[in-house]
Amino acid sequence: MDWKIADDRPIWIQLSQQLTAQIASGVYKPGQRLPSVREFAADAGVNPNTMQRALVDLENRGLVITNRTAGRSVTEDMEKIGKLRRDRAMEQVRQFLSRMKELGYTREEIGNVLAQALREDV
Amino acid sequence: MTEGLLVCSGLTKRFGRKEALKNVNIRLEGGKIIGLLGPNGSGKTTFIKLVNGLLMPDAGSILIDGKAPGVYSKSIISYLPDRMYFANWMRVKDIVEMFHDFYQDFNKEKAVDMLNRLNIGLEERMKHLSKGNKEKVQLVLVMSRRAKLYLLDEPIGGVDPAARDFILHTILTNYSEDASVLISTHLIADVEKVLDEVIFLKDGELVRQDSVDHIREVEGMSVDQLFRSIFAVPESDYPGLWDGADRGQAGPGR
Repeated sequence: MDWKIADDRPIWIQLSQQLTAQIASGVYKPGQRLPSVREFAADAGVNPNTMQRALVDLENRGLVITNRTAGRSVTEDMEKIGKLRRDRAMEQVRQFLSRMKELGYTREEIGNVLAQALREDV
Repeated sequence: MTEGLLVCSGLTKRFGRKEALKNVNIRLEGGKIIGLLGPNGSGKTTFIKLVNGLLMPDAGSILIDGKAPGVYSKSIISYLPDRMYFANWMRVKDIVEMFHDFYQDFNKEKAVDMLNRLNIGLEERMKHLSKGNKEKVQLVLVMSRRAKLYLLDEPIGGVDPAARDFILHTILTNYSEDASVLISTHLIADVEKVLDEVIFLKDGELVRQDSVDHIREVEGMSVDQLFRSIFAVPESDYPGLWDGADRGQAGPGR
Protein backbone atom coordinates (compact mmCIF):
# COMPACT_ATOMS: atom_id res chain seq x y z
CA MET A 1 0.00 0.00 0.00
CA ASP A 2 0.94 3.62 -0.37
CA TRP A 3 2.36 5.02 2.87
CA LYS A 4 2.79 8.72 3.45
CA ILE A 5 4.94 10.00 6.27
CA ALA A 6 4.81 13.70 7.10
CA ASP A 7 7.58 15.54 8.90
CA ASP A 8 5.78 17.11 11.80
CA ARG A 9 4.50 14.15 13.81
CA PRO A 10 5.78 10.85 15.23
CA ILE A 11 5.97 8.14 12.58
CA TRP A 12 4.18 5.46 14.60
CA ILE A 13 1.08 7.64 14.95
CA GLN A 14 0.93 8.16 11.20
CA LEU A 15 1.32 4.43 10.55
CA SER A 16 -1.41 3.67 13.06
CA GLN A 17 -3.76 6.22 11.45
CA GLN A 18 -3.15 4.88 7.95
CA LEU A 19 -3.73 1.29 9.04
CA THR A 20 -6.89 2.36 10.83
CA ALA A 21 -8.13 3.97 7.62
CA GLN A 22 -7.39 0.78 5.68
CA ILE A 23 -9.37 -1.30 8.17
CA ALA A 24 -12.27 1.15 8.17
CA SER A 25 -12.48 1.23 4.39
CA GLY A 26 -12.22 -2.54 4.11
CA VAL A 27 -8.85 -2.79 2.37
CA TYR A 28 -8.08 -5.15 5.24
CA LYS A 29 -11.22 -7.18 5.82
CA PRO A 30 -12.59 -8.34 9.17
CA GLY A 31 -10.70 -11.45 10.25
CA GLN A 32 -8.08 -11.05 7.55
CA ARG A 33 -4.56 -12.04 8.50
CA LEU A 34 -2.07 -9.21 8.44
CA PRO A 35 1.50 -9.35 7.16
CA SER A 36 4.22 -9.73 9.80
CA VAL A 37 5.74 -6.67 11.44
CA ARG A 38 8.84 -7.09 9.32
CA GLU A 39 6.89 -7.37 6.08
CA PHE A 40 4.79 -4.33 6.96
CA ALA A 41 7.90 -2.40 7.95
CA ALA A 42 9.73 -3.29 4.75
CA ASP A 43 6.67 -2.32 2.68
CA ALA A 44 6.42 1.07 4.39
CA GLY A 45 10.18 1.51 4.45
CA VAL A 46 10.13 2.12 8.19
CA ASN A 47 11.83 0.73 11.24
CA PRO A 48 10.27 -2.57 12.46
CA ASN A 49 10.07 -1.30 16.06
CA THR A 50 8.11 1.73 14.85
CA MET A 51 5.69 -0.51 12.93
CA GLN A 52 5.41 -2.74 15.97
CA ARG A 53 4.38 0.24 18.05
CA ALA A 54 1.68 1.16 15.53
CA LEU A 55 0.31 -2.39 15.53
CA VAL A 56 0.29 -2.55 19.32
CA ASP A 57 -1.70 0.68 19.25
CA LEU A 58 -4.26 -0.93 16.92
CA GLU A 59 -4.36 -3.90 19.26
CA ASN A 60 -5.00 -1.68 22.28
CA ARG A 61 -7.86 -0.09 20.41
CA GLY A 62 -9.30 -3.52 19.67
CA LEU A 63 -9.01 -3.25 15.89
CA VAL A 64 -6.39 -5.93 15.57
CA ILE A 65 -6.04 -9.17 17.51
CA THR A 66 -2.96 -11.26 18.08
CA ASN A 67 -3.00 -15.04 18.02
CA ARG A 68 0.08 -16.54 19.53
CA THR A 69 0.66 -18.87 16.63
CA ALA A 70 -0.98 -17.24 13.64
CA GLY A 71 0.26 -13.69 13.98
CA ARG A 72 -2.04 -10.71 13.80
CA SER A 73 -5.39 -10.32 12.11
CA VAL A 74 -8.11 -7.72 11.79
CA THR A 75 -10.83 -7.98 14.42
CA GLU A 76 -14.06 -9.76 13.48
CA ASP A 77 -16.02 -7.57 15.86
CA MET A 78 -18.32 -5.91 13.30
CA GLU A 79 -19.71 -3.56 15.89
CA LYS A 80 -16.24 -2.17 16.47
CA ILE A 81 -15.56 -1.74 12.77
CA GLY A 82 -19.00 -0.26 12.26
CA LYS A 83 -18.35 2.30 14.99
CA LEU A 84 -14.97 3.09 13.46
CA ARG A 85 -16.60 3.74 10.08
CA ARG A 86 -19.31 5.91 11.63
CA ASP A 87 -16.79 7.92 13.65
CA ARG A 88 -14.71 8.56 10.59
CA ALA A 89 -17.75 9.49 8.51
CA MET A 90 -19.00 11.85 11.21
CA GLU A 91 -15.63 13.53 11.33
CA GLN A 92 -15.88 14.23 7.59
CA VAL A 93 -19.43 15.48 7.97
CA ARG A 94 -18.47 17.84 10.78
CA GLN A 95 -15.68 19.28 8.69
CA PHE A 96 -18.02 19.65 5.72
CA LEU A 97 -20.66 21.39 7.82
CA SER A 98 -18.21 23.80 9.36
CA ARG A 99 -16.84 24.73 5.92
CA MET A 100 -20.35 25.23 4.55
CA LYS A 101 -21.13 27.52 7.48
CA GLU A 102 -18.01 29.50 6.61
CA LEU A 103 -19.49 29.88 3.13
CA GLY A 104 -22.57 31.40 4.74
CA TYR A 105 -24.98 28.50 4.16
CA THR A 106 -27.83 27.85 6.54
CA ARG A 107 -28.68 24.30 7.64
CA GLU A 108 -31.62 24.25 5.25
CA GLU A 109 -29.54 25.44 2.29
CA ILE A 110 -26.91 22.84 3.07
CA GLY A 111 -29.59 20.17 3.08
CA ASN A 112 -30.87 21.37 -0.31
CA VAL A 113 -27.51 21.48 -2.11
CA LEU A 114 -26.53 18.17 -0.63
CA ALA A 115 -29.76 16.51 -1.72
CA GLN A 116 -29.36 17.97 -5.19
CA ALA A 117 -25.73 16.88 -5.45
CA LEU A 118 -26.66 13.36 -4.40
CA ARG A 119 -29.39 13.24 -7.04
CA GLU A 120 -27.01 14.43 -9.73
CA ASP A 121 -24.30 12.13 -8.40
CA VAL A 122 -21.61 14.84 -8.45
CA MET B 1 19.54 -2.03 33.53
CA THR B 2 20.66 -4.29 30.72
CA GLU B 3 24.27 -4.52 29.83
CA GLY B 4 24.07 -2.71 26.49
CA LEU B 5 25.44 -3.96 23.21
CA LEU B 6 27.79 -1.02 22.87
CA VAL B 7 28.86 1.15 25.78
CA CYS B 8 31.33 4.00 25.38
CA SER B 9 32.44 6.12 28.29
CA GLY B 10 34.58 9.22 28.15
CA LEU B 11 35.73 8.29 24.67
CA THR B 12 38.37 10.71 23.39
CA LYS B 13 40.52 10.60 20.28
CA ARG B 14 43.11 13.15 19.15
CA PHE B 15 44.90 13.49 15.86
CA GLY B 16 47.87 15.70 16.66
CA ARG B 17 46.43 18.77 18.30
CA LYS B 18 42.95 18.25 16.92
CA GLU B 19 40.42 16.47 19.11
CA ALA B 20 38.33 14.33 16.78
CA LEU B 21 36.16 12.98 19.62
CA LYS B 22 35.74 14.61 23.02
CA ASN B 23 34.53 12.71 26.04
CA VAL B 24 31.75 10.83 24.23
CA ASN B 25 29.33 8.69 26.25
CA ILE B 26 27.05 6.44 24.22
CA ARG B 27 25.04 3.37 25.06
CA LEU B 28 23.27 1.25 22.46
CA GLU B 29 20.91 -1.65 23.03
CA GLY B 30 20.39 -4.64 20.75
CA GLY B 31 17.58 -4.85 18.19
CA LYS B 32 17.73 -1.28 17.00
CA ILE B 33 18.68 0.75 13.96
CA ILE B 34 20.59 3.84 15.00
CA GLY B 35 21.61 6.82 12.90
CA LEU B 36 25.01 8.35 13.59
CA LEU B 37 24.46 11.85 12.30
CA GLY B 38 26.68 14.84 11.87
CA PRO B 39 28.20 16.99 9.14
CA ASN B 40 31.51 16.07 7.54
CA GLY B 41 34.32 16.21 10.05
CA SER B 42 32.11 15.76 13.11
CA GLY B 43 33.80 12.51 14.14
CA LYS B 44 31.46 9.85 12.73
CA THR B 45 34.11 7.79 10.96
CA THR B 46 36.53 8.17 13.85
CA PHE B 47 33.87 6.82 16.19
CA ILE B 48 33.14 3.84 13.96
CA LYS B 49 36.83 3.04 13.58
CA LEU B 50 37.33 3.15 17.34
CA VAL B 51 34.45 0.73 17.90
CA ASN B 52 35.88 -1.47 15.22
CA GLY B 53 39.31 -1.53 16.84
CA LEU B 54 40.97 0.18 13.86
CA LEU B 55 41.97 3.13 16.05
CA MET B 56 42.98 3.26 19.70
CA PRO B 57 41.31 5.83 21.96
CA ASP B 58 43.43 8.38 23.82
CA ALA B 59 41.07 8.21 26.77
CA GLY B 60 37.90 6.44 27.77
CA SER B 61 36.63 2.96 27.13
CA ILE B 62 34.54 0.95 24.66
CA LEU B 63 32.74 -2.26 25.50
CA ILE B 64 31.06 -4.33 22.80
CA ASP B 65 28.80 -7.00 24.23
CA GLY B 66 30.76 -6.51 27.46
CA LYS B 67 34.22 -6.84 25.92
CA ALA B 68 36.90 -4.42 24.74
CA PRO B 69 37.54 -4.30 20.96
CA GLY B 70 39.48 -7.39 19.94
CA VAL B 71 39.08 -10.83 18.45
CA TYR B 72 35.63 -11.38 19.95
CA SER B 73 34.26 -7.98 18.96
CA LYS B 74 35.49 -8.48 15.39
CA SER B 75 33.63 -11.77 15.22
CA ILE B 76 30.31 -10.09 16.05
CA ILE B 77 30.74 -6.81 14.17
CA SER B 78 30.02 -6.54 10.46
CA TYR B 79 31.65 -3.41 9.12
CA LEU B 80 31.02 -1.44 5.95
CA PRO B 81 33.90 1.04 5.53
CA ASP B 82 33.37 4.47 4.04
CA ARG B 83 35.40 3.55 1.02
CA MET B 84 35.86 0.62 -1.30
CA TYR B 85 38.35 -1.87 0.01
CA PHE B 86 38.32 -4.57 -2.63
CA ALA B 87 40.96 -4.74 -5.35
CA ASN B 88 39.59 -3.72 -8.73
CA TRP B 89 40.85 -6.84 -10.50
CA MET B 90 38.76 -9.11 -8.28
CA ARG B 91 35.63 -10.76 -9.57
CA VAL B 92 32.45 -10.63 -7.55
CA LYS B 93 32.72 -14.36 -6.85
CA ASP B 94 36.27 -13.93 -5.48
CA ILE B 95 34.98 -11.50 -2.91
CA VAL B 96 32.09 -13.76 -1.99
CA GLU B 97 34.61 -16.59 -1.46
CA MET B 98 36.81 -14.29 0.59
CA PHE B 99 33.94 -13.48 2.94
CA HIS B 100 33.05 -17.16 3.08
CA ASP B 101 36.62 -17.97 4.20
CA PHE B 102 36.91 -15.07 6.62
CA TYR B 103 33.64 -15.13 8.49
CA GLN B 104 31.95 -18.13 10.06
CA ASP B 105 28.65 -16.26 10.26
CA PHE B 106 28.62 -15.46 6.52
CA ASN B 107 25.62 -16.85 4.64
CA LYS B 108 26.89 -17.44 1.12
CA GLU B 109 23.55 -18.56 -0.35
CA LYS B 110 21.91 -15.42 0.91
CA ALA B 111 24.61 -13.21 -0.62
CA VAL B 112 24.48 -14.99 -3.98
CA ASP B 113 20.70 -14.82 -3.99
CA MET B 114 20.70 -11.06 -3.34
CA LEU B 115 23.34 -10.48 -6.04
CA ASN B 116 21.23 -12.47 -8.50
CA ARG B 117 18.21 -10.36 -7.74
CA LEU B 118 20.34 -7.29 -8.40
CA ASN B 119 21.45 -8.73 -11.73
CA ILE B 120 25.06 -8.52 -10.67
CA GLY B 121 26.92 -11.44 -12.22
CA LEU B 122 29.37 -13.39 -10.08
CA GLU B 123 31.88 -13.41 -12.93
CA GLU B 124 31.97 -9.65 -13.28
CA ARG B 125 35.09 -7.77 -12.28
CA MET B 126 34.78 -5.03 -9.71
CA LYS B 127 36.39 -2.49 -12.01
CA HIS B 128 33.61 -3.00 -14.56
CA LEU B 129 30.81 -2.32 -12.09
CA SER B 130 29.17 1.07 -11.74
CA LYS B 131 29.76 2.98 -8.54
CA GLY B 132 26.27 2.16 -7.30
CA ASN B 133 26.72 -1.54 -8.00
CA LYS B 134 30.06 -1.61 -6.21
CA GLU B 135 28.42 -0.16 -3.16
CA LYS B 136 25.60 -2.67 -3.44
CA VAL B 137 28.04 -5.59 -3.64
CA GLN B 138 29.78 -4.42 -0.48
CA LEU B 139 26.54 -3.92 1.37
CA VAL B 140 25.16 -7.31 0.32
CA LEU B 141 28.28 -8.98 1.70
CA VAL B 142 28.24 -7.05 4.95
CA MET B 143 24.52 -7.71 5.49
CA SER B 144 24.87 -11.40 4.68
CA ARG B 145 26.74 -11.95 7.92
CA ARG B 146 24.73 -12.86 10.97
CA ALA B 147 26.38 -10.27 13.17
CA LYS B 148 25.29 -8.68 16.43
CA LEU B 149 26.40 -5.21 15.46
CA TYR B 150 26.49 -3.80 11.94
CA LEU B 151 28.58 -0.66 11.50
CA LEU B 152 27.72 1.00 8.20
CA ASP B 153 29.81 4.04 7.39
CA GLU B 154 27.95 6.18 4.83
CA PRO B 155 26.16 3.30 3.08
CA ILE B 156 24.04 5.63 0.96
CA GLY B 157 26.76 8.15 0.19
CA GLY B 158 27.23 8.31 -3.54
CA VAL B 159 24.28 6.43 -4.98
CA ASP B 160 21.11 7.44 -6.81
CA PRO B 161 17.70 7.39 -5.07
CA ALA B 162 16.69 4.00 -6.49
CA ALA B 163 19.90 2.41 -5.24
CA ARG B 164 19.36 4.17 -1.93
CA ASP B 165 15.95 2.57 -1.59
CA PHE B 166 17.42 -0.80 -2.39
CA ILE B 167 20.14 -0.32 0.21
CA LEU B 168 17.73 0.74 2.93
CA HIS B 169 15.41 -2.13 2.04
CA THR B 170 18.35 -4.55 2.24
CA ILE B 171 19.28 -3.24 5.66
CA LEU B 172 15.69 -3.42 6.90
CA THR B 173 15.08 -6.96 5.74
CA ASN B 174 18.42 -8.51 6.58
CA TYR B 175 19.63 -7.56 10.02
CA SER B 176 19.06 -10.27 12.58
CA GLU B 177 16.34 -9.61 15.11
CA ASP B 178 18.48 -9.00 18.20
CA ALA B 179 21.25 -7.22 16.30
CA SER B 180 21.74 -3.49 16.08
CA VAL B 181 22.67 -1.47 13.02
CA LEU B 182 24.61 1.78 13.29
CA ILE B 183 24.36 3.85 10.11
CA SER B 184 26.47 6.96 9.74
CA THR B 185 25.22 9.54 7.30
CA HIS B 186 24.61 13.19 6.66
CA LEU B 187 21.65 12.42 4.35
CA ILE B 188 19.13 12.26 7.15
CA ALA B 189 15.86 12.77 5.30
CA ASP B 190 16.50 9.56 3.38
CA VAL B 191 17.16 7.32 6.36
CA GLU B 192 15.05 8.88 9.07
CA LYS B 193 12.11 6.51 8.65
CA VAL B 194 14.19 3.39 9.16
CA LEU B 195 15.83 4.58 12.38
CA ASP B 196 14.88 3.94 15.99
CA GLU B 197 17.33 6.36 17.46
CA VAL B 198 19.73 9.03 16.40
CA ILE B 199 23.05 10.18 17.75
CA PHE B 200 24.09 13.72 16.84
CA LEU B 201 27.79 14.49 16.74
CA LYS B 202 29.05 18.02 16.41
CA ASP B 203 32.76 18.88 16.38
CA GLY B 204 33.55 15.59 18.08
CA GLU B 205 30.99 15.99 20.84
CA LEU B 206 27.77 14.14 21.46
CA VAL B 207 25.02 16.74 21.31
CA ARG B 208 21.97 14.48 21.48
CA GLN B 209 20.91 10.85 21.62
CA ASP B 210 17.19 10.34 21.30
CA SER B 211 14.54 8.28 19.56
CA VAL B 212 13.21 9.54 16.21
CA ASP B 213 9.59 9.56 17.33
CA HIS B 214 10.43 11.27 20.61
CA ILE B 215 12.14 14.06 18.70
CA ARG B 216 9.13 14.42 16.40
CA GLU B 217 6.82 14.42 19.39
CA VAL B 218 8.61 17.05 21.48
CA GLU B 219 10.00 19.19 18.67
CA GLY B 220 7.10 18.91 16.23
CA MET B 221 9.55 18.51 13.40
CA SER B 222 11.45 15.77 11.66
CA VAL B 223 14.95 14.75 12.65
CA ASP B 224 16.14 16.18 9.35
CA GLN B 225 14.70 19.58 10.23
CA LEU B 226 16.15 19.41 13.74
CA PHE B 227 19.53 18.52 12.28
CA ARG B 228 19.39 21.54 9.99
CA SER B 229 18.57 23.79 12.92
CA ILE B 230 21.35 22.39 15.11
CA PHE B 231 23.90 22.65 12.35
CA ALA B 232 22.46 25.89 11.00
CA VAL B 233 22.22 25.02 7.35
CA PRO B 234 20.94 27.75 5.00
CA GLU B 235 17.14 27.66 5.45
CA SER B 236 17.35 29.65 8.70
CA ASP B 237 19.39 32.30 6.88
CA TYR B 238 16.42 33.01 4.64
CA PRO B 239 13.46 33.26 6.98
CA GLY B 240 11.40 34.94 4.26
CA LEU B 241 11.24 31.70 2.32
CA TRP B 242 9.57 29.96 5.15
CA ASP B 243 6.28 30.30 6.75
CA GLY B 244 6.81 28.54 10.06
CA ALA B 245 3.32 27.05 10.01
CA ASP B 246 3.89 25.39 6.65
CA ARG B 247 6.99 23.49 7.61
CA GLY B 248 5.20 20.23 8.01
CA GLN B 249 4.00 19.99 4.45
CA ALA B 250 6.77 21.76 2.65
CA GLY B 251 9.83 20.02 4.06
CA PRO B 252 13.09 21.90 3.74
CA GLY B 253 14.40 21.93 0.24
CA ARG B 254 13.01 18.56 -0.70
